[in-house]
Amino acid sequence: MGEAEVLTAPLVIEYPFSRTTGPVIGAFFTALREGFIVGIKGADGRVIVPPVEYDPETSEELTEIVEVGSAGVVTTWAWVSEPLADQPLDRPFAWALIKLDGADTAFLHAVDTGGDATALTTGARVTARWRAARPDGDTTEDDGVRRFREGHILDIECFEIEGES
Amino acid sequence: MAEITLPPRLEGVEPVRSIRVPASIHYRYTAGEASSKFLREVAKKRLVGQQCPLCKKVYVPPRGCCPTDGVPTVGEVELKDTGTITSFCIVNVPFMQNLMEIPYVGALILLDGSDLPIMHLIQEIPADQVVPGMRVEAVWVPDDEIGPTLESIKYFRPNGEPDAPLETYKEHV
Repeated sequence: MGEAEVLTAPLVIEYPFSRTTGPVIGAFFTALREGFIVGIKGADGRVIVPPVEYDPETSEELTEIVEVGSAGVVTTWAWVSEPLADQPLDRPFAWALIKLDGADTAFLHAVDTGGDATALTTGARVTARWRAARPDGDTTEDDGVRRFREGHILDIECFEIEGES
Repeated sequence: MAEITLPPRLEGVEPVRSIRVPASIHYRYTAGEASSKFLREVAKKRLVGQQCPLCKKVYVPPRGCCPTDGVPTVGEVELKDTGTITSFCIVNVPFMQNLMEIPYVGALILLDGSDLPIMHLIQEIPADQVVPGMRVEAVWVPDDEIGPTLESIKYFRPNGEPDAPLETYKEHV
């Protein structure tokens, strides 16, 4: 039997995990669902986004959730020229660390420049492009397609360069 | 735990308590020569195992060598599509996109003449009536749907024979 006669087939292994969030991370996702972003005040007064449960320096419990802006500055970024199937955009985009207005740490999200790798620079101002809120009374079954904000990091579809849309 | 203070816009809002984070890994499975040959026989509605020349055990589906003796399993043995349930599991949790109505039974079935049970579905009997030793037969999909896959067997069902005594399959539990 020749090698050409060996059978092959796609094999997909899937784990349908859900994770409980707790009150701190839960507040972050609740805010996303409501269309804004929150962080948490660290022991030294710095605002950490996304919020963490314990201070990264002193390990003490953190409790003060605060709202930050939905726009900020790109501190560093990496270009994705060939997006993978599950990534937030289906055209070339950047993964960027973004320091939101009012925050003292940067957080990771995608930046859409329309596929143009030359459009983004470190220091560029970007702003969140939000998914729509679920209309009142809508009970559409979730079939794995994200249509509305639900309390997930992709409630922000991506960021885009400020003033360009 | 310390009390969390929320910004005004989160006061009185129903909090998110869990998030969905499905993970998936996409492979391309290569069956190899022995299993490819087996699956091509399945497409002809035949179950053909391979036999170890040393210990004489018959493996189905064959993998091309004997895991005990480490030698190629060259001899072919055609098996009937009847067998004995060695053990089973009643599934009460829906998954696989709810393809199956729960509860359903997944069982290890020792095909007559083989030495390695295969895993398959048991149907046409309530889940709580399945027992180890139960004699079962394959129900094949319609001829025009048969292909090189174990899904060519829709499921196994009781074939009406009395349960097999434990002695006949205890080596395979």
